[in-house]
Amino acid sequence: MRELWKKIQDSYAGSYLALIIPYAWILLFFMIPFLIVLKISFSDLKVGLPPYGPLLEWVEEGVLVIKLNFTNFAFIGTDSLYLFSYLESLVIAVLGTIGCLLIGYPMAYGIAKAKPPFRTLLLMLVILPFWTSFLLRVYAWIGILSTSGLLNTALMKVGIISSPLSILDTTYATIIGIVYCYLPFMILPLYASLEKIDYTLMEAAYDLGARPIQAFRRVIWPLSRPGVIAGSMLVLIPAVGEFVIPELLGGSQTLMIGKVLWNEFFTNRDWPVASALAVLMLILLVTPIAIFQRIQERQVRFLDAD
Amino acid sequence: MPTKLSPFLKTCMILGYAFLYVPIITLIVFSFNSSRLVTVWQGFSTKWYVSLLQDDVLLKSAWVSLQVATLAATFAVILGTLAAVALVRLGRFRGRQFFGILTTAPLVMPEVITGLALLLLFVGLEQMIGWPKGRGILTITIAHTTLCMAYVTILVRGRLAELDLSLEEAARDLGARPLKVFTAITLPLISPALVSGWLLAFVLSLDDLVLASFVAGPGSSTLPMVIFSSIRFGISPQINALATIIITAVAIGVMGAGWLLHRKKY
Repeated sequence: MRELWKKIQDSYAGSYLALIIPYAWILLFFMIPFLIVLKISFSDLKVGLPPYGPLLEWVEEGVLVIKLNFTNFAFIGTDSLYLFSYLESLVIAVLGTIGCLLIGYPMAYGIAKAKPPFRTLLLMLVILPFWTSFLLRVYAWIGILSTSGLLNTALMKVGIISSPLSILDTTYATIIGIVYCYLPFMILPLYASLEKIDYTLMEAAYDLGARPIQAFRRVIWPLSRPGVIAGSMLVLIPAVGEFVIPELLGGSQTLMIGKVLWNEFFTNRDWPVASALAVLMLILLVTPIAIFQRIQERQVRFLDAD
Repeated sequence: MPTKLSPFLKTCMILGYAFLYVPIITLIVFSFNSSRLVTVWQGFSTKWYVSLLQDDVLLKSAWVSLQVATLAATFAVILGTLAAVALVRLGRFRGRQFFGILTTAPLVMPEVITGLALLLLFVGLEQMIGWPKGRGILTITIAHTTLCMAYVTILVRGRLAELDLSLEEAARDLGARPLKVFTAITLPLISPALVSGWLLAFVLSLDDLVLASFVAGPGSSTLPMVIFSSIRFGISPQINALATIIITAVAIGVMGAGWLLHRKKY
């Protein structure tokens, strides 16, 4: 017995345990659930728990029949509410991503240019809000944006506006919320790629007579593109499926797909339609997710090579 | 390449940091407001903190959240470290790329999809094999572990990739077995990543609303679920008080951890 244990320790077989355990976990709790969602999106609604009909059925003489029911997808296709909410999610997520880029790029650039000890502090200040509760940070915006909120009170005191703006419960509030919550996800990859740039290239551009804007556009911007793409994907993908922000800040005016799915599931208890919505959302996100994964792989390969 | 910042960049940074911190500061300031109205300052008071401590539903849900977060963070660190070791140290095994994609996918997947998928799995499993019985702390912990392990894998993977392999080789040359090499050399070297991974996982779990709402059962509401249902009915200074406590705890925790890790390095 002792000999055997020694043998196990000697061999590298033990290290394959490192592979099998997390692999099994991720297959069981991540991969298989998606197959179930796919399955249920093709089944029909039933009263009871679970509220969906079986997809595989044994009919007489042991013949296994797969029933594929496209009614859920047809239903989503015909009701303009769903189509509209897909489009609106996409538009809001894209605008939110652009907002993050506009605010995040100069910040990341400034952090990359700061002196080292100060840089650490600035980076920490970007990460810190990410560690505090997401829900409460969204909640803070309710107090700021509401009709009698801080923003309106301040603007009216200064005299810029005479009657309060209604920002809360609109699509604008949702976009502000998305920019606010996802900003660190944009800044960190941007900083990572900006920090690696050899800034003597900038000096060379100046020496050759480039104006600052030209030097930025022709040198810094192209070199920081991997960071721009990575950051944009990190913001865009979760923003499309966002639920909390449109629910708390968007009011009934904003229809985002995550919210529609939530209501379909929790309010209407229509699991098959909710599953079909999830499948369609995944199809919408496949391209951005694939882009993100490729960047991730390239980065890791770069690290491995070092 | 520290250079002087242009006035334009400086303004951008000041505005950017103001954008990040003004909402948090208003949360904290108005938690000490004696008025029920969150936007009108009426005088200093700590009564919302007192009423917070008397809210049994909130305290119970906080206890559920702490239990789940501790368990999920611990499991996520174990599984995420194993996954990272497999990805970095086992060379090019079959299905490595697929495994790599699967381990980071939960990171970008919209939470409503992951939550729905996990709930359907739990319902299906219960029907087929009778496990897990009902839904509660166990199912929330499984869901959070799956999400958090993606973050831990990325952190540990980065740390492992930049490790100096010669230390492990030296240990092996001196006769240490693979397991011994791992526990005596690799593990201590990657421990900063394990600590930050655990903290990150703990905070993520404590913060999650969507996954928990899908997979929680009756009587196992987490803290974000209770906060969410009370925010839906409008703003209340009590939530501001809670936010202040959470933000203070996190700030102390992050700075403490940062200081500890920093001190170890030098």
